Amino acid sequence: MLNSKSAVSYASKKLLRLVILYLAVMILTFTLVQMSPIDPVTAYVGTSTKVGAEQRALIAEKWGLNEPPLTRFFSWFTNMIQGDWGESFIYRRPVMDVIGQKFGSSVALMVVAWFLSGIIGFALGILAGVKKGKLADKLITGYCHILISTPTFWLGILVIIVFCVNLGWFPVGLSVPIGTLASEVSIMDKISHMILPALTLSVVGIASICLHTREKTIEIMESDYVLFAHARGESNYSIIRKHLLRNVSLPAITVQFLSFSELFGGAVFVEQVFSYPGLGNAAVLAGLRGDMPLLMGITLISVLFVFVGNAIADILYFVIDPRIREGAHEK
Amino acid sequence: MIKTKRLGVREKAIISAIFFSLIVVLIMIAGRLIPIESIMTDLTNINQAPSADHLFGTDWVGRDMLLRTLKGLNLSIWVGLLCSLTSSLIAVVLGIIGPIFGGVVDEAVAWLVDLVMSIPHTILVILISIAFGGGFKGIVIGVAATHWTSLTRVIRAETIQTMESEYVKTAYKFGKSKITVCITHLLPHVIPQLVVGTILVFPHAIIHEASVTFLGFGLPPHEPAIGVILAESMKYLTSGQWWLAFFPGLTLIALSLVVSQLGNSLQRIFDPATAYKI
Repeated sequence: MLNSKSAVSYASKKLLRLVILYLAVMILTFTLVQMSPIDPVTAYVGTSTKVGAEQRALIAEKWGLNEPPLTRFFSWFTNMIQGDWGESFIYRRPVMDVIGQKFGSSVALMVVAWFLSGIIGFALGILAGVKKGKLADKLITGYCHILISTPTFWLGILVIIVFCVNLGWFPVGLSVPIGTLASEVSIMDKISHMILPALTLSVVGIASICLHTREKTIEIMESDYVLFAHARGESNYSIIRKHLLRNVSLPAITVQFLSFSELFGGAVFVEQVFSYPGLGNAAVLAGLRGDMPLLMGITLISVLFVFVGNAIADILYFVIDPRIREGAHEK
Repeated sequence: MIKTKRLGVREKAIISAIFFSLIVVLIMIAGRLIPIESIMTDLTNINQAPSADHLFGTDWVGRDMLLRTLKGLNLSIWVGLLCSLTSSLIAVVLGIIGPIFGGVVDEAVAWLVDLVMSIPHTILVILISIAFGGGFKGIVIGVAATHWTSLTRVIRAETIQTMESEYVKTAYKFGKSKITVCITHLLPHVIPQLVVGTILVFPHAIIHEASVTFLGFGLPPHEPAIGVILAESMKYLTSGQWWLAFFPGLTLIALSLVVSQLGNSLQRIFDPATAYKI
């Protein structure tokens, strides 16, 4: 049974690990940005010559750019913890505001893609596993291997060419139509602009969940209890429903939660190709224009997003797998 | 037909390995041989759809897309080679020093793997590329620094297994140093994994390089890279020049599939379970 004490110790150990890892991510992000040859003052004022050297020095002084790196890190760190993530140069607004606004649309896109890829990948994986070695299996695994080698953005370009340019079913890019305010966009408009990006993003996620489900299915279908069920005269359908689905679905869900990192990475490309106004798009813009506060903010948010997925997967493992429960209990 | 039936798994694997490496070598030679002058602007032939003269069509200044694509693939191969060699070097060093020193060092390696895997790769490559000032150096370091994690895990597991064998324990009892044990007993064991791992990292590396270059953080726009070609093609999407994006992307996928087939064939040759099966 679930022992509440062991659950607490398991959770607190995991949590401590995540906190330390997060601190390391913050240090890494800060170091990488510090190393970059981009001058923050130039990025802020632009290349205009109206801002003289004196004023530049003043800005640098005000921002504490002359302090040693360690001092700067600690002042940045305390600010971050207090919720002051700095101001975005591009949007001229606090980073938190920008992220808060973009996060919603990114998450909507990712959630739809996540469910779609999970369901399609799972179904294909079961089919391939049950029909192991048959034509269906070969087609599905071949398809997955091709998908793994397909760059997300290229798929997006193809989708635009086929559905927007040739068929004309969807408008090209821009989730806010030209000439309307962002606040006036109807929910239907938003949805119609999300269909193609979400489909593209989901296609990318199918391969890993499908191959994983296929492996598990083959393992279960070759197990002794399925053999026994066959011997008892259970029908294929009943074996799939009673033995296979129950054993495969939970590990598959866990794997799907572990894919948050790839999901976010894919979203960057999809948002870029479809000009979808989300975090990935903002990250690319921030990177290209040297808006470091925004880029750092998005990095940290994306890692938090990945951690949430990993934590859910860990909890699921704990609930599903008695061995991990026992292990936590012993220690 | 009878002859092919007699071929065992091993022979088939060797034949496909030779075939796939030939393709890669051919692309490399072709990319070298194409003089940069042949990719000239030809304003009488702009925006040509694919035809017998220009198999992949021409772009908006009349350059032949087939030649540009070949040149781009050639560059992809070099970048991919550099990235996969670097990342497998990192993997072999970390994967062996972890288990051999054990304790804190091993935990540090495992922790480092977790750290790199926790940041979405795209974001991390962008950050590293910016940190090193972008361009060729930035993209190579960025891709190499994000692709060593899974190979490290494989090599670490293999090393841990080898270290539990009798002969490694005996070597220690004879007073051999860690370095000697590492060179004579551990390294030879991971070489097959290392070769296969390096080859299998390669497709990921070229795809990531093209992707990040597409976003604008990788190779500079004047390089004939696939990522650059595809980024340019975005401007001509709405005017119907589908071949600008279609063929370069397709050949990049084909190249990465060819290389992963090569890796799989080699794995079959090295793996004792399949190596001698008839």
